[in-house]
Parts: sequence; C-alpha cells; structure tokens
Amino acid sequence: MMMCKGATRLMSLKQDRRLTFQERISLRLHLSMCGACRQCDRQFALLHRAGERFESRLSDASRDDASRQAGPERSE
Amino acid sequence: MTDERHSEQDSGAAAQPARMERLTAVRPRLLSFARLHLRDNALAEDAVQEAMMTAIEKDASFAGRSGYETWVFGILKYKILDVMRYQKRLGRLQPLDDESDDDAIDRQFQHNGRWHQDARPASWGEPDRLFESERFWQVFDACMIALPDSAARVFSLRELMGLSTEEICRELEIRENNCWVILHRARLRLRACLEQGWLKEESP
Repeated sequence: MMMCKGATRLMSLKQDRRLTFQERISLRLHLSMCGACRQCDRQFALLHRAGERFESRLSDASRDDASRQAGPERSE
Repeated sequence: MTDERHSEQDSGAAAQPARMERLTAVRPRLLSFARLHLRDNALAEDAVQEAMMTAIEKDASFAGRSGYETWVFGILKYKILDVMRYQKRLGRLQPLDDESDDDAIDRQFQHNGRWHQDARPASWGEPDRLFESERFWQVFDACMIALPDSAARVFSLRELMGLSTEEICRELEIRENNCWVILHRARLRLRACLEQGWLKEESP
C-alpha cells in the first residue's frame, strides 16, 4: 500500500510527465481513500498554473493603466 | 480592440508611443517576475532593462498575433535564461543538491509516510478567487523567496518559465530523475508555506 508521502511524489510527477498505467492506478486508489492527499493534489495542480496566471496578469497591468488614462472603459 | 488594430495598420510609427506606454505600465510586473526567478534585484533590473530595449529595437517585428505584453514577456524569459547561463558559466550559481534539504519535508510526514496531523493539507478554496487575490500572490512571492536556491531555480524554470523537465535537465546539466525529486520537494515546501501564510489569515 502506498502511503501519503509516496502519493505526493506521484502527484508532483503528474505535473511534469505522463504517469504510467501502474502509477495512475495506485495514485487514484490512494486519492479515493485520502482526503488530505486530494487537497494536496489540488494544490500541486494550482501551483502548476502559477506561471500562467502571472502571464495573464501582465496584460491586465497595462489595460488598467490604459483605461485609467483613457477615461471611459473600453468594452472587450 | 478593433480601434487599436486600425491605428496599428494605418500608421506604424504612431503605434510606437502607445506601445512605449504599455511597456512602462508592464515594467513592474516584469520586474517582479524576474526577481522571483533570479533572486537578485540588480540582476533582475538588468534583465528587464535588456528585455525592454530589445522590445523597442524589435518593435517592427512584433506581429501582433499574441498580445504585446505577452510578446515582451517572452523576450524577458529569454533574457532571464541568458543571465542564468552566464551566472552558471561564472560559477556563481550554487550547485544543485537534492539530498540535503529533507528536513522541511520530513516535518510534514510521520515515519510511516502519513501526513503529520498539523501538516495535513486543507482546502484553499476556489482557485479563481485565490488567483485574483493580491494577498495570495504576496504570500506566494514570500514563499518562493523562502525556498532553497536550487529548489527555487528548478521550480521557477518549470512552473514560471514553462520549460519541460527535459529542457531543464539540458539547461542545468542534471538527470531528469534529479529534477523530479527537486520539484517534488519544492512543491511540498511551497504548499506548506502557502498554507501557513495564506490560510491562517483567511480563516481566523
């Protein structure tokens, strides 16, 4: 039986490469029984999106700035 | 959106001042990104400066297919990689070690591999709400800075710069397995740090 620590290893790996069939099965089994690990899985997935959010916030910066200078808001 | 495209087509020269404004507006975000990766103010300033210069020089080659900011951001990513390579050549990058920093992770698990009671991951709420929170990103930045150098470097290359682990291996001359181990630890550290800093405040 895989324990939580081992399960987090697979959760992390999942963000970087495709898991093997074996790995997927044992992770899914563990997650089905462990609420704390399900949260951890969500958190890793969220961290994986951190960069993407950085990027989307970039254009917000100048849009905010532009709309502040232009006065009335442009409709998207 | 349409009015903008028109002005770019009508007069290429007139588009430039507008872009300069956008460049100025986006500079703080570029800088905070570069700082997060390079962990050094002066180096980050230089990388952003160079990226902005390149953006101005190559303004004509901006095809407008992606957003302007995204295009500049792409340039910055190349500059950051250049700086990192240069630092590496100079021997200024600490060697990556994947063995010595186990303690922060061990604190989260019991000997039998189960979560420690006080380290059990809790819900962070809706991802979208989280991402919109300025406070969350402040905690995120602080947690990145608290990471050991090697963990931060690999995590940043992977999750902020979007390189594959294969590319990271080539860049840092490490085995892919090594890379996965470092990423696993970095993620565990980050999640614990974020949970401490973010959740404790959210739910008094």
